[in-house]
Amino acid sequence: MTQSYRLSAGGRIDRTRTLTFSFDGKLYLGHPGDTLASALLANGVHLVGRSFKYHRPRGILTAGGEEPNALVGVGRDDAHFTPNLRATQVELYDGLTSESQNRAPSLERDYGAINDVFWRFFPAGFYYKTFMWPRKAWTKFFEPRIREMAGLGRSPQTPDAARYAQRFAHCDVLVVGAGPAGLAAALAAAKTGARVILCDEQSEAGGSLLAEPDAQIDGLPAAEWLKTALAQFVAYPQVKLLTRTTAFGYFPHNMIGLAQALTDHEGERNDAQPRGRLWQVRAKRVVIAAGAIERPLVFPDNDRPGIMLAEAARLYLERYGVLPGRRALIFTAHDGAYRTALALQRAGCAIAGIVDLRPNAGGPWVAAAQKAGLAIYPASTIATTDGRLRITGATVKPIAGGSGQRLSCDTLLMSGGFTPSVHLFSQSRGKLVFDATLDAFLPGAPAEACSVAGSAAGVAALAEVMASGAEAGAEAAGGSAFSYQVTNAPEAQGGFIGAVPYHGDPGSVRAFLDYQNDVTAKDIALAMREGMKSVEHVKRFTTNGMATDQGKLSNMNALGIMSPVLGKPVPAIGTTTFRMPYTPVPFGYFAGYARGELFDPERHTAIHGWAEAQGAVFEDVSLWKRARYFPRGSEDMHKAVARECRAVRNGVGIFDASTLGKIEVVGPDAAEFLNRMYINAWTKLQPGKLRYGILLREDGFVIDDGVIGRITDTRFHVTTTTGGAARVLTMMEDYLQTEFPELNVWLTSTTEQYAVIAVQGPMARKVVAPLITGADISAEALPHMSMVECKIAGVPARLFRVSFTGELGFEINVPADYGRAVWEALMASGKPYDITPYGTETMHVLRAEKGYIIVGQETDGTVTPDDVGYAGMIGKAKPDFVGKRALARKAFAEQTNRKQLVGLLTDDPALVLDEGAHIVADPAQPKPMTMLGHITSSYWSETLGRSVALALLRDGRARTGEQLYVPLATGNARVSVVAPVFYDPEGTRLNG
Amino acid sequence: MDNLAETTSLSRLFALSGQAGDRHCRPVTGGARFSLRVPQASLGAAGEALGLDLTGPINRAVSAGQRTALRLGPDEWLLLLAETDAATVAASLSQRLTDGLYSLADISHRQTGIALEGVAVTDILNGGCPLDFDPAAFPVGMATRTIFFKAEIVLWRQDLTRFHMEVWRSFAPYVWSLLANVGCEYAD
Repeated sequence: MTQSYRLSAGGRIDRTRTLTFSFDGKLYLGHPGDTLASALLANGVHLVGRSFKYHRPRGILTAGGEEPNALVGVGRDDAHFTPNLRATQVELYDGLTSESQNRAPSLERDYGAINDVFWRFFPAGFYYKTFMWPRKAWTKFFEPRIREMAGLGRSPQTPDAARYAQRFAHCDVLVVGAGPAGLAAALAAAKTGARVILCDEQSEAGGSLLAEPDAQIDGLPAAEWLKTALAQFVAYPQVKLLTRTTAFGYFPHNMIGLAQALTDHEGERNDAQPRGRLWQVRAKRVVIAAGAIERPLVFPDNDRPGIMLAEAARLYLERYGVLPGRRALIFTAHDGAYRTALALQRAGCAIAGIVDLRPNAGGPWVAAAQKAGLAIYPASTIATTDGRLRITGATVKPIAGGSGQRLSCDTLLMSGGFTPSVHLFSQSRGKLVFDATLDAFLPGAPAEACSVAGSAAGVAALAEVMASGAEAGAEAAGGSAFSYQVTNAPEAQGGFIGAVPYHGDPGSVRAFLDYQNDVTAKDIALAMREGMKSVEHVKRFTTNGMATDQGKLSNMNALGIMSPVLGKPVPAIGTTTFRMPYTPVPFGYFAGYARGELFDPERHTAIHGWAEAQGAVFEDVSLWKRARYFPRGSEDMHKAVARECRAVRNGVGIFDASTLGKIEVVGPDAAEFLNRMYINAWTKLQPGKLRYGILLREDGFVIDDGVIGRITDTRFHVTTTTGGAARVLTMMEDYLQTEFPELNVWLTSTTEQYAVIAVQGPMARKVVAPLITGADISAEALPHMSMVECKIAGVPARLFRVSFTGELGFEINVPADYGRAVWEALMASGKPYDITPYGTETMHVLRAEKGYIIVGQETDGTVTPDDVGYAGMIGKAKPDFVGKRALARKAFAEQTNRKQLVGLLTDDPALVLDEGAHIVADPAQPKPMTMLGHITSSYWSETLGRSVALALLRDGRARTGEQLYVPLATGNARVSVVAPVFYDPEGTRLNG
Repeated sequence: MDNLAETTSLSRLFALSGQAGDRHCRPVTGGARFSLRVPQASLGAAGEALGLDLTGPINRAVSAGQRTALRLGPDEWLLLLAETDAATVAASLSQRLTDGLYSLADISHRQTGIALEGVAVTDILNGGCPLDFDPAAFPVGMATRTIFFKAEIVLWRQDLTRFHMEVWRSFAPYVWSLLANVGCEYAD
């Protein structure tokens, strides 16, 4: 439990407090300010994972979000567990519990490492070829096994205990990255008074300044300048600084997605507060100051634990006071690694040597290394490395050839130069331009209102980085840039892309390119031998760059390998597209608050509470909860519905119809508007009368229906189906605004203005009448399909005499806030008649007995008015209505065998057919059989003491009397075709 | 005429009846509401009938006494009134606009009100509403139809830190829960 690689001083960690954490069950110590990676390194732990395909032992490679190896699972229990976190980004807290992945039983002894022994049998694309035979083995054997092996980490099995927040925001300038360029940009923009959001993925702002012991800015050491810069933001209330916040996605019109970690670093977090917040920021301008990512060098066995990127090692030293090892070998093509060597040497780490690919490296850093007496091997390469769970040495060879020399080391620090982080810019569809001197793709012409500053734009020296940031910030906010005096920060130069020369048999070594997906230089070569020439094809064949790091480390090296083989310059090969997210974002951020009961609005009627108290069973109808039936005692649905049906047919029932859509159509042209929308004629409908309306789409098919009441000459009360309410209003508004703008008519949704109570049954009038004032509702004064405005229980009402049950009935519209009280008044008034509340299931049965259609059940978007027997409702004299021209098409007019609505009666009266079942003429017909139609509604009719069904049947009306068959799982049921009205066909009960 | 909200022996049961409110939000119950649609030509007359200037810009509120008109579109206003004033308003409009070229629909019970107050209110609203609440973009007196998560709402800024929200009754519990959910992230 000793932190033997921790220096006694230096870094930004808090040595006054010690934290205990566990990794794979073993306890270690660290300090506040550590990441999991820096704390493991402080304890000398490099081996942290096994690779994806070959299960090779892997160590911490980087110090940032590009980490491909150190992927860990973190969380105290399954409900707080997150897999695949980058240890380099996990902030240490006391009690942190973490585990490695892709190993069994342990990191040190992993069965999967057998793959590494047989690695020659698993080249790129091997599964495309290997598992093709025998064919059946794919689904039975290969695929399940591959699925078991594929993927990293384990998914938690319990629901996430965390809450997640979401937030919209707007700003003038969003600055991505709070390194020197981003800080300079944000300060310049803030000075103009602009609203600025500055975000950075790290726990503190500063970027490279957090590990900058040498440079001076405006006469202050970099760390001091950083303090003053951050203090300045306090003076600008319109600046928001968001740390632990990753700009993960660039969406159209400058919408940027930010993932802000809120409590992950706090340890035993309080689940009441959100774990993270997803920001959707609409920025007028974006300044991308995302920095640059160091490239690995591609040489044989470049993946052993202990091999790290040179700048990462310097960062661990400067920021966390941690040594990567005791004896470091440097392999580089960039001056930055010399700086690392010098810093490590100062800190007491032996330097085994600096192997430089370049023949004549020069400049201040190289000179300083020479002066410090470090052994430099120019124009040299590393041919191989050794060590199983930790590097123990490497063989250095001159590039020109000759004998190698083995140098022992416990860490190897490499640098292939830096790749500008153009991910966000690329996501914004900005064009990338290849810079041959830098061997890098740089941001070109932007497609959005954004600019790129600092090393993300290919600028390297600190002075220039800050100047480019200040300029970008000032330009974005319309201000002027101010300059910074930067001293003692010489530029580091150099770089290399591709596979380094190593003088070995290329077929017998593995030089890793994409660490996360285990792609080697050999795989790229194989892909090109197989004929892949496009970078997109090579990517898919080898899976290079397809891991969650999206090739942050590997893309440029892959291009560097392809370019000489194809004989094409890098820009001619192109680069792959970057997509969001920049680094993985937990799903919870996207779900946000939309979980459980807040996933969708759950709409309740004004009477819902009453039904709930009565023990109603509810069903979902669009977003509404509707009472389906009201069971009494131990009744099941069948018994409850039978009882409710009997009550309505013999006495009186009460039903909550509030969810029906309602639209108030008002204006001098209201009737004309309805004429144009519905198939029916409305002009002659008198105020106080109701009519059943059918609405078609332009293609002539039924889309909605409902009863429409004329309140006055210029005011209609339109009802729609429950699910169609919003759709119908939108459709009407669309026609009104685009097709009939000349009509003086206005539409208002009144669905929720009214609670609608249906009182249905022979006793309905006896229940309703005593509560009515201001109207005569006798059969003579208020016949079927008429309406009156009156008061019920003292509340204003639109009383409709209408029936969806076939019985005498009323639908009472009252202002919704009175709905519950009026319902209870009706219950009291109906008590002597044993008034029975009924639900949607009973409503469905009663209407089916009468052959009333339900749009969406008897219709499916391909049904015309004639198909359901409603052709007679069409206003023949009307010049036009929506769908009229479609109905007049030849195809409709000449089609003789359309499916038509019929009734079906089974031979066996107890048999209730399956809805959706097909109808055939001859069940013995060889397959494929001729389907004549299908069952749309099927119920047990308590009223008739037998089953009834509605169906759409080819040429159905002409088949009345025929006997057909419905094949069911239980056998073929013989049915007779009848008219689709089973009960009271004359309608005498309606007029009671 | 349609059935205007008026006092009866029965009391109204609001969508948020029984909700106590918290430090940010409070149900606003009662009152009458109309959706008023008036073409350009009748703006002056309708305004005179209401005692409100309807010729102001879209997305602004005008108030006089207990009458408020939120202009939600070129020809659309949401009238917020005292319950006892509803019949009077309907009568004055019908007397003044004799050509009938307007629409007045009673939506008193269609929606309910929520008062939001405090310095965190815009933060809370931005949890589910994508609008910019900077005073320059959404000044005091502005009112608009917008969304809060998956619910349509009308939002009226009465003061820098005070908003009035209108939401359809069946969406009110959903909006209310989310306001509380987001609100607990903010201290004041």
